[in-house]
Amino acid sequence: MKGTERGEFLMPSLGADMESGTVAEWLVKPGDQIRRGDAIAVIDTDKAMIEAESFHTGTVESLLVETGHRVPVGTPLAVIAAVPPHAAGPRARVASPLARTLAARLGVDLSAVHGTGRAGTIRAEDVREAAERETTTRETAARGVEPRPRERPRRTAPGPAEARPQPDHDWERRQETMRQAIARAMARSKREIPHYYLSTTVDMSAALSWLRERNRDLPVSGRLLPAAVLLKAAARAATEVPRLNGFWVDDAFVPGEAVHLGVAVSLKDGGLIAPALHDAACRELDDLMAALKDLVSRARTGRLRSAEMTEATITVTNLGDQGVESVHGVIYPPQVALVGFGKILDRPWAVDGLLGVRPVVTVTLAADHRATDGYTGARFLCTVDRLLNHPETL
Amino acid sequence: MSAGTAASRAASKAAPGDASTAAGKVAPEHVTHEHVTHEHAAHEHAAPENAAPGNAATATYREAMREAIREALRRDDRVFLMGEDVGAYGGCFAVSLGLLEEFGPERVRDTPLSEAGFVGAGIGAALGGMRPIVEIMTVNFSLLALDQIVNNAATLLHMSGGQFNVPLVIRMTTGAGRQLAAQHSHSFEGWYAHIPGLRILAPATTEDARGMLWPALEDPDPVLIFEHGSLYGVPGPLGSGPVDITSAALRRSGADVTLIAYGGTTPKALAAADALAAEGVEADVIDLRVLRPLDDATIMESVGRTHRAVIVDEGWRSGGLSAEIGARIAEHAFYELDAPIQRVCAAEVPIPYARHLEEAALPQVPSIVAAARETVTS
Repeated sequence: MKGTERGEFLMPSLGADMESGTVAEWLVKPGDQIRRGDAIAVIDTDKAMIEAESFHTGTVESLLVETGHRVPVGTPLAVIAAVPPHAAGPRARVASPLARTLAARLGVDLSAVHGTGRAGTIRAEDVREAAERETTTRETAARGVEPRPRERPRRTAPGPAEARPQPDHDWERRQETMRQAIARAMARSKREIPHYYLSTTVDMSAALSWLRERNRDLPVSGRLLPAAVLLKAAARAATEVPRLNGFWVDDAFVPGEAVHLGVAVSLKDGGLIAPALHDAACRELDDLMAALKDLVSRARTGRLRSAEMTEATITVTNLGDQGVESVHGVIYPPQVALVGFGKILDRPWAVDGLLGVRPVVTVTLAADHRATDGYTGARFLCTVDRLLNHPETL
Repeated sequence: MSAGTAASRAASKAAPGDASTAAGKVAPEHVTHEHVTHEHAAHEHAAPENAAPGNAATATYREAMREAIREALRRDDRVFLMGEDVGAYGGCFAVSLGLLEEFGPERVRDTPLSEAGFVGAGIGAALGGMRPIVEIMTVNFSLLALDQIVNNAATLLHMSGGQFNVPLVIRMTTGAGRQLAAQHSHSFEGWYAHIPGLRILAPATTEDARGMLWPALEDPDPVLIFEHGSLYGVPGPLGSGPVDITSAALRRSGADVTLIAYGGTTPKALAAADALAAEGVEADVIDLRVLRPLDDATIMESVGRTHRAVIVDEGWRSGGLSAEIGARIAEHAFYELDAPIQRVCAAEVPIPYARHLEEAALPQVPSIVAAARETVTS
């Protein structure tokens, strides 16, 4: 290990309002080989369970914070050796012969044992420790202690992620702290950001008929929803009006590198989260649709990734599902704009001097007046209008 | 090849007259001899040559070995000692100093510089009812007698259908650490431990140096005794007499790791165990004592308790005794292992002459400690 560079994995800031986080679960163990971008821990930010990603490629050398511990943002959580000690690919889980023998005798499942030997090798003492923990758990249960409902009810079909041991946390407390986190972020937004609001109504007939045509021959799973078109239009408009796509940091505007479209997802138990659809402007509609489904499903099962939590450059909120016509949103700092879509409704609509019934949607923009003026905002909404009237260009 | 080497070596050593035979020796041995003779002389002044040491007495390994030979010569008329310079010169390592004067030239016999010749003579004497002790100067030179040892001594009982035992004892110096370079410093006992029909002993203590010879002479089959050159000057208790020549000895007890050593590496393993204890790692130290047949039971009992093994062998790693022991542990105690077996062996080079290179080539206390540490952390 001579000359090995080490990196620290720090408690990430998963949002402007986050001051501290709890390690809900480790997804790696010492000795594991990881690549930059691999999820290595689940962080409970009070708002959500986020899979935090590593900035380093290498071998996990040690974990510094145990699960269940709350630490401030920036606290080292793990040490990652930049050069893997074994250059060969990722190692299978290795247990010493004695550890295997003991595990069989004590009825311990080796796949659930954390190895403390070199490169994560499971040794006899690791098995003994696991056996003791299990005994303690069983005894607690045998004493008739009512186990508290720890898990939030699951809404999605169990996937591979669900098979992992679930973090120990109190859901009610979580609700409360998430509320507090939202309160902090929104209060900060309204305290610091001078919002201005614009609104326009867009004729959706072209977009919807285009969608109908497109969806006609597709299986249900392949069909596009209007939401995908709205999101794509907002993302494309953000590339055309880049002053709305980015952050207000230290009294200056910092443009986003790409359009990472934050999508506000309301959680059914209450609470709100706005993870990012990366590169939304460049993605095909099919791809965007699939990504949206995945993102919403993961947001609601608490399996988001840290990049998704931190990298949104502009956020879209769509309260159309709820039947409201328009939404004047509160910007999520340090972003500088929030786009709102209402419900698509049939309304009387004048076209070329004739009155007809057209499906329309009200698009709103809340923008940071420090970063832009109404003129920029207006250009943005006009661009959205133009794009939605030419859906084939999306 | 062996004949040519023998001839040239014999020619280089050949010199007229007994006195100049010693002077004609290759330089390192000569230097060593002078050195040990002085050391020996100092001891003899303190403890008279003929004083029979009691149980509590201490002696050097060399003196213990001499005492063992003396006891055997006294005890059994059939016993005699022969080898190069064992008589007038007192033995190249001064083990037999004074025995010629005490027992006479019939029983302490100088031989020509011909390992194959005098080892063969020893085999013949043993077949003829004697109990010869043959001294070969170093294990490197014993290779000249390899044919006699392996093809005759080790096989005759079998080839005669059990009619002829060969009750021969061959003693030789082994090992490095004295700057005697690559022709006098190797550890080939592992090779002999490969041969069925031989019993291989490696006394590491003064008690074993004194106590192993008599039971070896009582053994009806050939026994080879390997005396590590670095041990001759080491003092210790003389012990009370014969010891067993079948088992390994647990020299120190600890629960965390088993250090397996023999002969010259035993003191190093014990020193390593001391250093490890200071770090909180308690080591079992096994002194193998008998390299063939290996005492598997003692090894497995220890590894079964500590679940970790470090094998220390001054021989080379490849195809060596350490490989054999490691394989046996894997065969018999695989499910007890909690860490990979570690081996600390000589570097795979001819043993160097230069002091620092020689030290670097041999198992040393820090390398044993490091290997033990590896087993408890990996």
